[in-house]
Amino acid sequence: MLLYFKQSVIITLVLFVFLGGIYPLFVVGIARVFGPNGGKGEIIKRGEKIVGFANVAQPFTSDKYFNSRPSAFNFDATNGSYGSNAGPSNPDYLATVQSRIDTFLVHNHGVKKSDIPSELVTASGSGLDPHLSPEAAYVQIARIAQVRKLSQDKVKALVDEQMEDRFLGIFGPSQVNVLKLNLALDNLK
Amino acid sequence: MINELAGVVVIFAVIILTGYILGKYIAKVYAGEKSLLDFMSPLENVFYRLSGIDPIREMTLKQNLFALLSINLVWFLLGMLVLMTQAWLPLNPDGIPNMSPHLAFNTTISFIVNCNLQHYYGESGVSYFSQLFVLTFFQFVSAATGMAAFAILINGLRDRTTSDLGNFWNFFIKSITRILLPICVVLAIVFVINGMPATYEGKETIHTLEGATLPVYRGPVAAMLPIKHLGTNGGGYFGANSAHPLENPNYFTNSVELIAQMIIPVALVFALGFYLKRRKLSWMIFGVMTVGFLALAIPTMIAETQGNPAIAGMGIDQSHGNMEGKEVRFGPVISGFWSIATTVISTGSVNGMQDSLTPLSGLNALLAMMINAFYGGVGVGFENFFIYLIIAVFISGLMVGRTPEMLGKKIDAREVKIAMIVALLSPFLILVGTAMTAWFAANNAALVGYGGKESWLYNPGFHGFSDILYEFTSSNANNGSGFESLGDNTPWWNITTGFVLILGRYIPLIGPVVIGGLMARKKFIPESSGTLRIDTVTFGVMIMAVAVVITALSFFPALALGPLAEYFSM
Repeated sequence: MLLYFKQSVIITLVLFVFLGGIYPLFVVGIARVFGPNGGKGEIIKRGEKIVGFANVAQPFTSDKYFNSRPSAFNFDATNGSYGSNAGPSNPDYLATVQSRIDTFLVHNHGVKKSDIPSELVTASGSGLDPHLSPEAAYVQIARIAQVRKLSQDKVKALVDEQMEDRFLGIFGPSQVNVLKLNLALDNLK
Repeated sequence: MINELAGVVVIFAVIILTGYILGKYIAKVYAGEKSLLDFMSPLENVFYRLSGIDPIREMTLKQNLFALLSINLVWFLLGMLVLMTQAWLPLNPDGIPNMSPHLAFNTTISFIVNCNLQHYYGESGVSYFSQLFVLTFFQFVSAATGMAAFAILINGLRDRTTSDLGNFWNFFIKSITRILLPICVVLAIVFVINGMPATYEGKETIHTLEGATLPVYRGPVAAMLPIKHLGTNGGGYFGANSAHPLENPNYFTNSVELIAQMIIPVALVFALGFYLKRRKLSWMIFGVMTVGFLALAIPTMIAETQGNPAIAGMGIDQSHGNMEGKEVRFGPVISGFWSIATTVISTGSVNGMQDSLTPLSGLNALLAMMINAFYGGVGVGFENFFIYLIIAVFISGLMVGRTPEMLGKKIDAREVKIAMIVALLSPFLILVGTAMTAWFAANNAALVGYGGKESWLYNPGFHGFSDILYEFTSSNANNGSGFESLGDNTPWWNITTGFVLILGRYIPLIGPVVIGGLMARKKFIPESSGTLRIDTVTFGVMIMAVAVVITALSFFPALALGPLAEYFSM
């Protein structure tokens, strides 16, 4: 029976090196050749500065930018990434949603409550959701146009231009990347 | 909505089709027949030669189990050692500290038993070395352990009389080299092209448009992700698991991850039929599992699309459904589907937060884990189903007044006793754990929260009870998803769930294999007109009834206090 332990120890060490070392090294090598930015994550630069990752949300709270979805940890993942994990009946959570609705109405004059899509006032699963649904972007157009002194049509045209279509044009939702949209907005003259 | 539904239908069709093809292939691998990846044999021979293993020797039940348990023990010691010393080991660019002993205990156990309950966050809790050499490594070998146990079990069900059950090492190594690793390499390439990071470089600092400075965590994510799903492990690279945009960048990767986690459990059902040359039996099992799965998944998709009734009263637009804890790029339909896929199978990865599901969806996720046999985890899913099968055969035998027999072998009291112990273990572990914790929550909350978050129960009322129930259910089912609002990195949670994990893994893993071993030794009786046919629709209904009755009798009171009470109070 001692033989089984000896065999277990050796095969464990062999697989430890093979599956923990060699296989990931191979994947990292593939990523260096085929992955965006060499597998280091697709970054977006403005000038020399890294302003963000294409796939990772960052906070946009000011009126001149399209706002991101709320994040349970305010976009700083130093301690980890997570959702609010609030139960659907949690009274504190429901109060938070209500206050987000009220805040949104204060900043967006003339928007009807029934036009606010729920994703704009609920925290995303990762806390780093980089996207908005078309409706969540459209509902902010009037505010953006007013603050930036642009015509609403022009802002809407920009949102539509930035819209990412459904997968293969058929499956799943369409969405717009908030960081890319706001960068394009800054370039709009 | 129709576009989102179309995605689900196509993904499910792909899973069944590829599962069938893969099942045929897996049966060949375990039978030792010629197959596609025979060119891997030089690599396997290196493994065998280095460790002095003879892969051809037939082993008995006892020898197989001893090999399985001894290697699991070695992994436990290795995991504890690395996690508790990770700060001093290489590949730690973000300066992650050592794990506390109780967290290392929980994490090691959790990954060895294919559960992947995580009481830490990937960003702040584990170094790259631990991610790869402990967690990814364990994700491969724990899946291969489950598959090897499955292979030993079906070997025992063949129509012959023997005490030879094949060779654990052979099944274990081939599961890695011929099945898991090749598929993982393909998946990794797909993920990398779609923007999933794979790098040894540490976190990046970004300077946002609004002037904030924030860290963005990354690492060898694409090395872990394929086996995380393919092996139904579910332990995420990041805290947010597959909701994290670097761990699941777009709708396509989401579809691939979903397919990857369901494909082997589905394939093994078909492999059973090809291996035993009883394809009709496979279709019966597949049918029962699929009916059960859809009965849980369809209501969940509907509930998530309808949104949270408590928010409906606030007057906003919920046409995109219950979006708390969900991601825009996936939407509520596929997220609802995923939340059940991940719980019927023992993956436990999430692309949206389970805790924020509407009450009935949470109920379905709990039921999925309590039954734990609709497809189920790699290998162990069929093993759990096998227990229901034995009990159904026994009851049917009593009903028609004959000695129960199955696949040409008599089922005696000993086999039924083992099956009953395994079947009753789940309610025992889940309900005792939940009751103890709930009692402490009311009388000595500080004990449960000691050494971690003092306010460990964030959600009040009925949902708080569901949080506790879910944690023990997930541990026992070796699932690993969580109602994650629990402040669960405390000695109480780490140690209690750690023991539930051990018992919830090894007893249901070994029990069916022992039954298979006992059956293999019995005299083979050829089928006659008096034989109870188990590959019929009628018998499928019988198995479903057994699974539903056992689950309902065991868990209805607990479910009534949690998700059902929450539903009716909203």
